[in-house]
Amino acid sequence: MEAADALASRPRRSVGRRLADLFHGRPGLQVGSLLSGPVAWLVVGYLGSLAVLLAAAFWNVSALTGEVSQTFSLDNFKTLVTEPVYRTIAWRTIRVASLVTITDALLAFPIAFYMAKVASPRARSALVVAVLMPLWSFYLVKVYAWRTILSAGGALNWALEPLGINGPGYGTTAVWLVMSYLWLPYMIIPIYAGLERIPDSLLSASEDLGASPFTTFRRVILPLAFPAVVAGSIFTFSLTMGDYITPTLVSNNQFIGNVVFNNITNNLPLASAFACVPIIVMIIYLLVARRLGAFEHL
Amino acid sequence: MRLSTRSKLLLRLAVVVGLAFIYIPLIVIAIYAFNSSTLLEWPPPGLTTAWFPKAVEDSSVRDAFLTSMKVGLVATTIALVILPIALPGIVTGVALSDTFTQVLGVSLSLLTVIIGHATFCIVVVYNNVIARLRRSAPSIDEASADLGADPWQTFRYVTLPAMRTALVAGALLAFALSFDEIIVTLFTIGAGQETLPIWIFNNLFRPNQVPIVNAVAVIVVLLSILPVYLAHRLTREEEGVAGARAGGPSIAEATATP
Repeated sequence: MEAADALASRPRRSVGRRLADLFHGRPGLQVGSLLSGPVAWLVVGYLGSLAVLLAAAFWNVSALTGEVSQTFSLDNFKTLVTEPVYRTIAWRTIRVASLVTITDALLAFPIAFYMAKVASPRARSALVVAVLMPLWSFYLVKVYAWRTILSAGGALNWALEPLGINGPGYGTTAVWLVMSYLWLPYMIIPIYAGLERIPDSLLSASEDLGASPFTTFRRVILPLAFPAVVAGSIFTFSLTMGDYITPTLVSNNQFIGNVVFNNITNNLPLASAFACVPIIVMIIYLLVARRLGAFEHL
Repeated sequence: MRLSTRSKLLLRLAVVVGLAFIYIPLIVIAIYAFNSSTLLEWPPPGLTTAWFPKAVEDSSVRDAFLTSMKVGLVATTIALVILPIALPGIVTGVALSDTFTQVLGVSLSLLTVIIGHATFCIVVVYNNVIARLRRSAPSIDEASADLGADPWQTFRYVTLPAMRTALVAGALLAFALSFDEIIVTLFTIGAGQETLPIWIFNNLFRPNQVPIVNAVAVIVVLLSILPVYLAHRLTREEEGVAGARAGGPSIAEATATP
């Protein structure tokens, strides 16, 4: 009875008020309704497309008409496993992706470390801009620039000539070099962010306890920054696996992306099946990365 | 951290080498744009500015430029109104292409390019906004409610102004990305249509087009560097000293890979 009275005596409230009450103190609900638009777009546009891709991998192209027939079969995967050329291409792609990742980690760490721990605040923000600027744009121009640099009469051979050596020319080495170049900022930024999170007091403590700078680096900084390196490696690895423009411009070798792109008009099911290879590799990679704690550094 | 002079010097050297690695190819291509010879030989025999007017007058370059602008603007708008995940761009491209041609039965056109671009543009805008929201205190919204504002008013007068620069920065970055995108574009564009990067790609292998390609390349660099720089300024001003922290850019760039 009393409860009913209390309810009745409460002032009438607008819908907006009641909505505000509903949302108050429920961050999950707030975020949920804010995100419903983009999530819907991603689910329909992106995951829906991915589902179609997976389905298409099991379809077939009729040998007679060249039309795609939407019947289930494992033929595409059989082709991929039995034809040695596809194995070679997949292996070459994964190998270059790994090499690019290692190269970028080695190049990025000192730069990121300098930015995070040594540079003055002014120099730091200038460096962040210098690293971020080329990251955001003109991908194709960068690859094109390398194509001219690596060409027979290009700047690299010109610079190496006094030393009596020749540049690598076009080929898998060139792909490795250009990809390392392209994705370097994607490695620098996560490592920089990871190093910035390490409090300076920790480094002082290590020093006070008698550790040399090298020991501090090896026993304190490296273990703490490692997840950030893994986070950066997700980009370098994934971007290398998906790129088919760079191999076209600076080599004659095929990578996974080239096979997918070349088959898209003639044999879409085979292209879809081969596109599953980077997906599977990335799923494994992401699972390992999660175990290593990389996701907190994205 | 206290470092010896020698290790500091070594670190500086690493930074200089890294930055040189990042910027020398761009400088090389910028110099080539002024190359008086039509051949790609290094060093260029002489310099000229003749290629820029030629590039601007070229009708196919103009068409491609307009197409790029259209795609960039519409995709950015979609991304802003609706407010990827670490999968390679080729997967996005082939997946969208499959869906358009096989399931929806739509022929590839500018519209399909825009939808493709919007998909990654959303991620960029979203990341910028979410980074800003994370930094703003929820107590501001509560204060607004305590002062009698309804949720719409709170959104209109408190939340939105706080997000405004993040939205603009996200939009600028999304535009720059769209302007430069080629992988998803190649998969989703119809026959006979060209965005500026596709134009460059199609003309790369034609020896007589080399000087114009060089000039267009420099134009593309200038056009995409401007929005990126503005976006950076916008987020930096808003965040003040805290802006030196990399939380924003690192998250923003994280999933922005096309």
